[in-house]
Amino acid sequence: MAKREERIGVFVCHCGLNIAGTVDVQRVVDEIKRYPGVVHAEHYMYMCSDPGQELMRKAIREKGLTAVVNANCSPSLHERTFRRVCASVGLNPYRCEIANIREQCSWPHTYDKETATKKALAIIKTTVERLRLNMMLTPLVIPLIKRALVIGGGIAGIQAALDIANGGYQVILVEKEASLGGHVMELSATFPTLESPKDFLIPRIDEVMAHPNIRLYLNSEVDAVSGYVGSFNVKIRQKTKIVEEEIGAIVTAPGFDLLPREKLPVYPDDPDIVDGLQFERILSPERLTYGKIKRPSDGRVPQDIVFIQCAGSRDPEHGMPYCSRVCCMYTAKQVLLYRKAVLEGQAYVCYMDIRSDAKGYEEFFQQVMSHDGVLYVRGNVSRAFRDGDKLKIWTVDTLSGKSLEITADMVVLALAMVSRPGTRELARKLNISVNEHGFLTEAHIKLRPVESLTSGIFLAGTAQWPRDIPDTIASASAAASKVLSLFSRKELLHEPTTAHVDEEVCSGCGVCVPVCTYKAISIDENKKVAVVNEALCEGCGSCAATCPSKAMQHRNWSHRQLLAMIDVAGGGYV
Amino acid sequence: MRVELSSKRLRSDFVKKIAELSGQNLYLCYQCGKCSAGCPMGFAMDILPNQIMRLVQLGLEEDIANSKTVWLCASCLTCTVRCPRGVDLSRVMEALRLLTLRKNKNYVEPSKMPPETVADLPQIALVSGFRKLTS
Repeated sequence: MAKREERIGVFVCHCGLNIAGTVDVQRVVDEIKRYPGVVHAEHYMYMCSDPGQELMRKAIREKGLTAVVNANCSPSLHERTFRRVCASVGLNPYRCEIANIREQCSWPHTYDKETATKKALAIIKTTVERLRLNMMLTPLVIPLIKRALVIGGGIAGIQAALDIANGGYQVILVEKEASLGGHVMELSATFPTLESPKDFLIPRIDEVMAHPNIRLYLNSEVDAVSGYVGSFNVKIRQKTKIVEEEIGAIVTAPGFDLLPREKLPVYPDDPDIVDGLQFERILSPERLTYGKIKRPSDGRVPQDIVFIQCAGSRDPEHGMPYCSRVCCMYTAKQVLLYRKAVLEGQAYVCYMDIRSDAKGYEEFFQQVMSHDGVLYVRGNVSRAFRDGDKLKIWTVDTLSGKSLEITADMVVLALAMVSRPGTRELARKLNISVNEHGFLTEAHIKLRPVESLTSGIFLAGTAQWPRDIPDTIASASAAASKVLSLFSRKELLHEPTTAHVDEEVCSGCGVCVPVCTYKAISIDENKKVAVVNEALCEGCGSCAATCPSKAMQHRNWSHRQLLAMIDVAGGGYV
Repeated sequence: MRVELSSKRLRSDFVKKIAELSGQNLYLCYQCGKCSAGCPMGFAMDILPNQIMRLVQLGLEEDIANSKTVWLCASCLTCTVRCPRGVDLSRVMEALRLLTLRKNKNYVEPSKMPPETVADLPQIALVSGFRKLTS
């Protein structure tokens, strides 16, 4: 690269008192002005504000700046803002870099202003050194196939597929079972309206089946996925046959399971101790018992029935540490349906807390708990065992301090909602992550709740976290809208700050291949060199750090840049 | 001792009578404790008003009979006014007192009161005391 005359500008932000309260910004500006190559330096209260941005524009124009250092907060917050400012006045945005003097300087050194000021200067100087060698880059244009894959044909998958299909794009819907609807189809009624799920689900399923934009694969599973946002290749296994499809985005909605009963030895294997979903089937008007509630062992109508909440939820020692979020409400619903069906029946609910945090839920719960023939007992269960043709439940009423023994005909366990065993395997195929419980991980819990960390792959429904139907629908529609906004772009742009290989130097040793989290690197067997798929590369730098011959370099984070930064880093404050 | 809970206990004559005499849905109470938090006699009670409600819900008549709480209740209606579920707790307390009084049992026996006490107390206190504490 030809040497050019650098005219560097440095903009130091006060961030109110976040930075200026610790770092002497005036001193920083005075000193950095004398640094080689720096032709302009100033500080301002909030550089990200409109007047702050205007200061930058003015300086870039009037002083003819060729590169800009913004000394402020983390680049994850305002790198884009300041790069846009540069682009707006004709400066290549990759000639703007952030010097983080807030999270990495003023915040950790609040009580040592002298050190903080020296460190801020050192950080800015290293950034200036890096900038001298920054290339002007333009974003990569990558192909965009406007067809989506939806994995899972439960209520989340159905919603996402219909939203995308109704937006005018083709959808491939893959369902493992022979029919659509998932767990919601097993439910007798839904809280808090007691509406039958079939009433709203069957029309949605019919719409999917008849939709010209939806291609449905039943009895099918995703076998392998390769590619990247805009152009994924997916192999779908339908029994023995494998079909390949090209798609641009993926919505992942494989759903949930209940915690296996064996995990909770407190509740013995007994036909009259059932889980929430089994009881839904007993309650379902169109199943087995035709609306009569009969206990499994002898078909008698249970006169006393105990519902046990938090069976495996909020129990880090035996089950899951989290709250499954739906059990309080579905138990209340099951209690009400039971009381409507068995007029003389008595229902007991053993609970720890009641969580009823959505529209109409608390009102519904209060109606159930004050219904006659219903007693809510605040306390968990220590033992449940058979005694002749009855079941005995040992619990406590912590409100009165009384240990209780309840004699019942039947017990219903609100087992914890857990991730399906297959979800981990699916996540591995998609190269997205799961948390310690096997739930799919979102990119950011608040700001990017339906995106995975792999671009182009979105999350919906209970595979991400326990959810009720309204929350599931909301997440599915949110994921679909992310797909639609992706597909409504003319072309797909990708950050150009990726890794690249100097083929002259690369020996094809392949050390970089396994360190790449994004599976972006392969070895060209003919040329015996590493090849970076830049559309997949997220610019993390692991390969560049690993490469023994320095053939692998990160654009705008080259080894030369890093060495230049290290050269000045020690000079300031240590 | 483990208390045996059954529909028999929950639907006992005791629970039915309290519901009938007070005219309240006893299961409206969700144990927030606001009644006990504001009760001016709470400091002297062995069982707090919210606990009385819970014992009634569970049908535990004996625990209530062994407690002084219902007799200490001043019927000031603070609990009634504050209850977020609209339970008239004062009526429940009155119902619990009536269960005893209707058996012709007095909580205070006027004939056994020392003459000095009768002489010292204001008339109005005696009258209201007898109305509440005698059959």
